[in-house]
Amino acid sequence: MKALLSGLLEWTDARFPLSKLWNEHVAQYFAPKNFNFWYFFGSLALLMLVLQILSGIWLAMYYKPDAEEAFRSVEFIMREVEWGWLIRYMHSTGASFFFIVVYLHMYRGVMYGSFKKPRELIWILGVLIYLCLMAEAFFGYLLPWGQMSYWGAQVIISLFGALPFIGEPLALWIRGDFVVSDATLNRFYSLHVVALPLLLLALVVAHIQALHEVGSNNPDGVEIKKKKDAAGIPMDGIPFHPYYTVKDLMGAAVCLFLFAFVLFLVPEFGGWFLEAANFEPADPLKTPEHILPVWYFTPYYAILRAIPDKLTGVIAMGAAVAIFLFLPWIDRHPVKSIRYRSLLFKFLLIFFAITFVVLGYLGTQPPTAGRAELGLRLGEAYFAFFLVLWWYSRERSAGSTWTLLAVLAIVFAVVDAIRWDPDKAALMALSALLPLIYFGLFLVGPLVSPRLNASREVPERVT
Amino acid sequence: MSADVVDSRRRRFLTGAVTVVGGVGGLCTAWPFASAWQPSERARAIGAPIEIDISKLEPGAMLTEAWQGKPVWILSRTSEALDSVSALDGAVRDPDSSEEQQPDYARNRFRSRRPDILVLVGLCTHLGCSPQHVRVEQASYFGLADWRGGFFCPCHGSLFDYAGRVFKGVPAPTNLVVPPHQYLSDTVLLIGEDSREVA
Repeated sequence: MKALLSGLLEWTDARFPLSKLWNEHVAQYFAPKNFNFWYFFGSLALLMLVLQILSGIWLAMYYKPDAEEAFRSVEFIMREVEWGWLIRYMHSTGASFFFIVVYLHMYRGVMYGSFKKPRELIWILGVLIYLCLMAEAFFGYLLPWGQMSYWGAQVIISLFGALPFIGEPLALWIRGDFVVSDATLNRFYSLHVVALPLLLLALVVAHIQALHEVGSNNPDGVEIKKKKDAAGIPMDGIPFHPYYTVKDLMGAAVCLFLFAFVLFLVPEFGGWFLEAANFEPADPLKTPEHILPVWYFTPYYAILRAIPDKLTGVIAMGAAVAIFLFLPWIDRHPVKSIRYRSLLFKFLLIFFAITFVVLGYLGTQPPTAGRAELGLRLGEAYFAFFLVLWWYSRERSAGSTWTLLAVLAIVFAVVDAIRWDPDKAALMALSALLPLIYFGLFLVGPLVSPRLNASREVPERVT
Repeated sequence: MSADVVDSRRRRFLTGAVTVVGGVGGLCTAWPFASAWQPSERARAIGAPIEIDISKLEPGAMLTEAWQGKPVWILSRTSEALDSVSALDGAVRDPDSSEEQQPDYARNRFRSRRPDILVLVGLCTHLGCSPQHVRVEQASYFGLADWRGGFFCPCHGSLFDYAGRVFKGVPAPTNLVVPPHQYLSDTVLLIGEDSREVA
């Protein structure tokens, strides 16, 4: 029996690089030995992708991409198909879990400098995966043809209409009709189940291929390939299999435990994963009271909404997503890992996480003057994060920092003058504290005490 | 020509020529795929005009009808609503309707053919949500001086007066659209066409 199997393997290897692929990517892929909790999320993203594809294939067996039938067919899946509710909730809850995992995975990359040389392309491919996922989620959300599906799509497609000259024809071309209609639903279905999954899979393969070419980063941000033993194996590397396959299985178990908890007990997660308005069929004549995207889009949505000018709002929203593509050239500080970077850098990163979460929360709330003002200031803080990251990339003289501060003061004064509203004077003055404190801490801080922004020495080998 | 001499200039030219011809062919092939996304003939034909009986429309009440798949509002304005329009010239972005958001016959003080009836496409000019009608008695909730109701977009907080004019400082850039329309009689309104002969 054993001889037969090894004979079969030999036969295959002569015709297809099976053992070679296995060794290159699993058994003899040497990963740093010091991976921590944050390194679960890459494999978990892969797990969520598999779950989405599996549940998606099954949903497509019953779903009908037709404006007359779509809503009913989803309810049919939920009520009459055996275990249909489970498969549908697996897909809808899975989408949110996918984004949770992906956001944590991205944050890991920022913390440990995993986007820095020589891993720029891994990062860019990752951002493209993220964009692809956003498109996939957006197309998918139209399919149940509920109120939120319909009006969400209407709003997002109208974003393109804000572009000068080509905007309106472009929006018409995307919809295939003068309003979101059957034509839109049908093409979104096609893109959601065929085009984007294909693209997504191709990007995932490229992402992993690029990773395995240069090797994984680690929480110390030390290149393990620099210290190799006599056999040419990194001294701080361990084979991915069995060490990390087993570790990742443990991560998968915990993740699936949490997933099952949400799936069985709170699949709509109090309206965060599936919004209540989406259980009403789409009505082209009536917008629901509060229309909002699902939580994973709301930080960008809050930025869009905070800016009282259509085109500027759309540009800011697009820039907030696209800026990630340029991260390898924004943060060029030679120290990769947060462990050895300055205290201010740690604060900066924590503050960015808070900004993102609070913006996400604001995006789910009905607009009021106070919330819009806070949204605008946090939108400014969102972009200020990247500015400060860039500023921290190398030593800066006190003179150049003061020049930057002067330029910032002028920019902020001009922005506030443009949007000046006497009725909101007190509110605007109060909210101006946010940029004052932000730049006071992150730009003036290092001038007052250079120690605040001093990096620590990076060890030779992983700890 | 002997078989073992490579004429690299000739080869480069041929490669270039094939690339250009192939590229043009590729672009031509992309054309039908891109065009297939345009609205179909059927979608284009659906924009037929609609007739609406407004004889039962009470002052202050609003009808919503579908035209080209979009909501169209027919609102009967009270004199209080009309007064509020006159008082808001300073607060709105385009008080004289100078932007092309209405047919010429609606480029006037109340943006309508008849002062008492307002006809609007009920889609926000920001991102296409359908704003809500805010009545006189609900208007004070918004705490704006002189605003006696009109339309409020719940999506991004844009505000419009009783002539569909957009306020300053909100995300919507332009006034709400007035569709082509005409009155066939005192009580019958035609939406989608404005040059029909009336017997």
